[in-house]
Amino acid sequence: MEQNKENMMVAALENGSVIDHIPTNKLFTIVQLLDLEKFKEEVVIANNLKSQVMGKKGLIKISGKFFSEAEISKLAVVCPNIRLTVIKDYEVKEKREVTLPEKLTNIVKCANPVCITNNEPMKTVFYRKDMETLKCRYCGKEQKLKDIKLK
Amino acid sequence: MENRSIVSIADYGKEKIQYLLDMAAEFEAHPNRQILKGKVVATLFFEPSTRTRLSFETAANRLGARVIGFTDPKVTSSSKGETLKDTIKMVSNYADVIVMRHKLEGAALYASEVTNVPIINAGDGSNLHPSQTMLDLYSIYKTQGTLENLNIYMVGDLKYGRTVHSLLMSMRKYNPTFHFIAPKELEMPEEYKLYCKQNNINYIEQQDFTEDTIADADILYMTRVQRERFTDLMEYERVKDAYILKTNMLGKCKENMKILHPLPRVNEIEYDVDESQHAYYFDQAQNGLYAREALICDVLGITLDQIKNDNTIIG
Ligand SMILES: [Zn+2]
Repeated sequence: MEQNKENMMVAALENGSVIDHIPTNKLFTIVQLLDLEKFKEEVVIANNLKSQVMGKKGLIKISGKFFSEAEISKLAVVCPNIRLTVIKDYEVKEKREVTLPEKLTNIVKCANPVCITNNEPMKTVFYRKDMETLKCRYCGKEQKLKDIKLK
Repeated sequence: MENRSIVSIADYGKEKIQYLLDMAAEFEAHPNRQILKGKVVATLFFEPSTRTRLSFETAANRLGARVIGFTDPKVTSSSKGETLKDTIKMVSNYADVIVMRHKLEGAALYASEVTNVPIINAGDGSNLHPSQTMLDLYSIYKTQGTLENLNIYMVGDLKYGRTVHSLLMSMRKYNPTFHFIAPKELEMPEEYKLYCKQNNINYIEQQDFTEDTIADADILYMTRVQRERFTDLMEYERVKDAYILKTNMLGKCKENMKILHPLPRVNEIEYDVDESQHAYYFDQAQNGLYAREALICDVLGITLDQIKNDNTIIG
């Protein structure tokens, strides 16, 4: 039953993206990150949906929106392990589990105030050390994903 | 084009380290040459460090290069808001190699990414200082005849002392045993102890600094214990005299033991220790010249063979 309902929501989309498996406490962070308030086309935001894996989850359906790799990286940093579905002509074109990439270019900000990246107009580069930790290419400082600030 | 910059030597293998040590030994035998005649070395000291700058400039001059540069950021446009990138780009038009020191961490790596001119990192923030590490390695190698299986005692400020951190990392392949002797507030940071564990490096931590605790040392690496590093000044008053090396502590030490110090010292080595056969810190500073001659030649692509068969030697 649950599965059908979800399929209906996805299927109703002609062209666009569905972000699924969002932890309920992260839903509005993502809404903010994507600046959906200003989005002109159809957006469905749902929370506290029943989920077999997560108990409860959030879901966002955005008409006419296809994410760039940079946007996907940002999503992955804010909220690892979401599922992204791309719909074209009512068909699922791509379904992927978004995980933290090994390298993040110009996505996050270094927490070290004396890092060169915070004092020079330049791109930041971070490497994934493990699923909870990123390491700055320039100053070498490690930072926990939960404390990370986006650029 | 391959970028030959030296930003860090922490990940250099034994072979590359030995190569640079052999090169430094050649320069010690014949420090004055014209091998860099016609080359221009730029020394950009965005953060002042007279000692390091003089050592690099002497190295360049003794090899026949010309030196340009600045030492005070106030006289350059960086105080007018010019970016590091623009300054490096500008100087790259004039120089064959850039030696730079900067107060920000990662500055040297970034500089090496925006130019094809090789960069030598002469210190960036509390991050890295490879030329100091190289001269430390050369001093250890020269006095002990090897880098293998040594007992290295690090004393004083092990928390903020970046020279001890770089030395620790660059020694990882030589099976050292480290002794960390420091007050509680300035003990070796957790990340470096973890580094030791991950790389199977033996270490012992202790707070006592006495004749007996250092009897087994091959190298005694002293650092400054500075008042401003303490959050608790009572603690500073309590420990400030506990990490001073005195002549009467050298009674039981090994024949081959040498005392190193990155200099300048304040009061952590008493002046009469200078007379001891174990004192090596002034020779260590001199070794900096040979180590830096080696680094400058290496980034310019001059090989050990060329240095051995160099017909530009003056004396
Ligand atoms: Zn950083």
